[in-house]
Amino acid sequence: MGETLTIRLTVNGTTYERSVAPRLLLSDFIRHEIHLTGTHVGCEHGVCGACTILVNGESVRSCLMFAVQADGAEVTTVEGLATPADGSGIPHPEDADLHPIQEAFREAHGLQCGFCTPGILMTLVPFLRENPRPDEERIREVLSGHLCRCTGYQNIVKAVQLAAEQMAP
Amino acid sequence: MSQHTTAPPGTESPARPRQVGASSRRNEDRRLLTGEALFVDDVHLDGMLHAAFVRSDYAHGILKGVDLSAALEHPGVIAAYAAQDLGDYWEPGPLLVPPPPIERLEFHAATQVPLARDKVRHVGEPIAVIVARSRYEAEDGAALVEVDIDPLPAVSELAPGLEPDAPRIHDQFESNLAAHVIQEKGAWDEARARAHRVITREFVYDRGASAPMENRGVVANWDARSRELTVWDTTQAPIPIRNGLAAMLGLPQSEVRVIAPFIGGGFGPKIMMFYPEEVLIPWISMRLGRPVKWIEDRQESFFATTQERGQAHEAEIAVDEEGRILGVRDVFLTDTGAYNPYGLTIPINTQCTLLGPYRVPNYYTEFRMVFTNKPICTPVRGAGRQHGVFVMERLLDRAADELGIDRVEIRRLNYLKPDEFPHDHEIIFQDFSPLVYDSGNYAEVMDRAAEMIDYAGFASGEGAAARAQGRHVGIGVVSYVEGTGIGPYEGARVTIEPSGRVNLVTGVGTQGQGHFTSFAQLVAEQLGVGTEDVEVVTGDTARFAWGTGTFASRGAVVAGNACHAAAVLVREKVLALASTVLEAAVEDLELAHGQVRVAGSGASISLGDLAARANPLRGAVTPGAEPGLEATAYFGPERGATANGVHAMILEVHPETAEIDILRYVVVHDCGRVINPMIVEGQIHGGVAHGIGNSYYEQLVFDEGAQLLNASFMDYLLPTATDVPTIETAHVETPSPLNPLGVKGVGEAGAIPVGALFAQALEDALDIDGFEVREMPMSPNRLFELIRDAREKDDPC
Repeated sequence: MGETLTIRLTVNGTTYERSVAPRLLLSDFIRHEIHLTGTHVGCEHGVCGACTILVNGESVRSCLMFAVQADGAEVTTVEGLATPADGSGIPHPEDADLHPIQEAFREAHGLQCGFCTPGILMTLVPFLRENPRPDEERIREVLSGHLCRCTGYQNIVKAVQLAAEQMAP
Repeated sequence: MSQHTTAPPGTESPARPRQVGASSRRNEDRRLLTGEALFVDDVHLDGMLHAAFVRSDYAHGILKGVDLSAALEHPGVIAAYAAQDLGDYWEPGPLLVPPPPIERLEFHAATQVPLARDKVRHVGEPIAVIVARSRYEAEDGAALVEVDIDPLPAVSELAPGLEPDAPRIHDQFESNLAAHVIQEKGAWDEARARAHRVITREFVYDRGASAPMENRGVVANWDARSRELTVWDTTQAPIPIRNGLAAMLGLPQSEVRVIAPFIGGGFGPKIMMFYPEEVLIPWISMRLGRPVKWIEDRQESFFATTQERGQAHEAEIAVDEEGRILGVRDVFLTDTGAYNPYGLTIPINTQCTLLGPYRVPNYYTEFRMVFTNKPICTPVRGAGRQHGVFVMERLLDRAADELGIDRVEIRRLNYLKPDEFPHDHEIIFQDFSPLVYDSGNYAEVMDRAAEMIDYAGFASGEGAAARAQGRHVGIGVVSYVEGTGIGPYEGARVTIEPSGRVNLVTGVGTQGQGHFTSFAQLVAEQLGVGTEDVEVVTGDTARFAWGTGTFASRGAVVAGNACHAAAVLVREKVLALASTVLEAAVEDLELAHGQVRVAGSGASISLGDLAARANPLRGAVTPGAEPGLEATAYFGPERGATANGVHAMILEVHPETAEIDILRYVVVHDCGRVINPMIVEGQIHGGVAHGIGNSYYEQLVFDEGAQLLNASFMDYLLPTATDVPTIETAHVETPSPLNPLGVKGVGEAGAIPVGALFAQALEDALDIDGFEVREMPMSPNRLFELIRDAREKDDPC
């Protein structure tokens, strides 16, 4: 693959050092180099939002960044949302404590095939932090950066409202 | 808002919560929400190679040569194949759906090929495949392949494609005619002759993309030592893929395992088979002895994944003075794209669904299927039904206008009544059976929808108030039916584990419909456990090897009834064994909370303990006894169950910008008995959103060379959260007599009537003389043109 560069970044609290080609997308690095496959790729041109992750706390489309641009960054993916019940650092679906936003999606049937869901969750984490009491219009506006083909968005809106209620200070 | 008028199946214990009919949270959600769920692109195997395809840039041309040499020299490239490298393995794909038994039917089959040879027939048709250490290097290699194509004029339109001098797509046929079918009931000519009015119109329904958020993908791994080919495939039909691959590759079916893991949306095109990539990736894995992965990218999916719609109709309706339908005549062209592996499913659905919930004594329906140089058409959510509903509902709207009758009244007047079922429409449906409706109560569905949206009060109330303010607000109300839940069959196996947990395995694949939950509910209901105690496995041929797939809104009907039947058999085994163990009569036993109890006494045993007793390690069993608490059952309906519904909307149009706001959207739906209302409503929401996309935002735009002009999400617009309104739903339940659960399908329903509804509401909102919507999809641009044209005609100065 020709020239490579060494990068070092923290993902969900674990530090990774890897040599990567400069053209490697951050989304591919996360999915195929460090095997955190919860981040999904739906369009590779920054429209669908499925690959959204947090880079230094802010929502970012990982298909629009090269891995080398994340050198030194603090990254959170969907795998880092739930709190492992045993403190092992490895979230397990059977016993992890879901993040209140994840819990709300389950409660409100905010997902069907679930492919777009991780990206939406990663947009909502900073959104609800900054907008603890959003109205429906504001919720729909922020969701309009994500494409979902299954739900018609209605129950996603409901899930966000529910999460906001439960997380409100 | 939902109405449940029927008792759940099986014997009941009043002491325990009911599972069927409950809005249970979904069993699959934790895995999906935490990123643990396995999708095809998540499969990672040691030594895995990656494939990329070279595809045709031309819609039609002579393929003179493919030079792979530069690609093969590129670092990281391991192998490259063009058609000639496939040898005997090169073969056109199977005809997935043969034509049904209809008299005088003409059908010319031309199925897709694994890699183009001699000729390319649509943009995106695969020409070569490059295999490399990484996807990046495979794409580098693909860019180095030299393809020599002599372009030919392309067929991009339906009617010109049938002209004698049109470019011929398949040389073995005399024209681009792929099929010609006439179905008739009664005598249209006589009906027309005695009609009070005959209304004639032309309608067009153009192509859209299915656009699941997950593109297609295949991972194959041939392990020569264990003699097992494992294929992970984003298919809606893992078992037929397994069977087909075994035949093509010369392997016993037992050596091929196909897994459809979590699938990121299907909507129809993932039931198409075989895609070239599904044929090639396993073959390459066997040749190279290494795992191989191919994942479609979004741009590829716009060409290489099948599409739908594409019809042009000339239709007539004959009515009497009061608005009663005397007959309908509909003659249409239907686009199949470059090949027709899916047979006649789409246009036959159109023919059948056009009849809707109405009494149509005389019907003449004729279509010609046309080969074009566009990507292949196979069913997409609705599968031809949209077009039929659009034609019929538009004709009824015109009839209502001409006769001065209310739109709802003309529908009510023509509805089949609850005592007219079963109703034989005397034509053949897509499942090869006569089109016979099983049950329905159409007037009740309409009454509820009209009440919810306040149809009676709108014109003088909200509508008048808006008009007084100079706003353009209109109302629309349309009816539709959907043939669902067709055969042939599905199966399921239910096992009670010694832990007391229940295992349910079925062959259908799942793409987000909630099968892990609704199927679990059916089993939990019989066994007296919680829905969350039932672990569901779908879509893995190593776990269940008989079945057909997820299509035609049939999962809940066909697989659901198989799950129910298997659970009933296990329940019988539980009761028989518990009766011996507890020394009580079967009638005195009740199943609840994972226990079998003797009514009125304290004696009980857990299902887990019973399961352990049913599988002894020593001692003797009764001759003929089967071990464990396990049963397998199959269900195949005699024919499909007919669901129905009414959609209504209040729509505001801003005529200067052609922007729209959907102010209210109401769905009243009858899919028979509802297993999980939350899931059913979710299916309807998603379907309506898809329908809104197909009505106002989504259109695949091809130029005269059949080149697709908007192959990205920047240019092809899926509706977003700001475009889709809150959808208000209500259920009416008319159980189907065709299956023990009384269920009908719902997966496609939401998408079907939206175009017809949109058209009616647009006309009502704008209220301009001569403004008529005869095509779908609309778009702001197209709407603006139609408004301008109508106004110019209305006021020529």
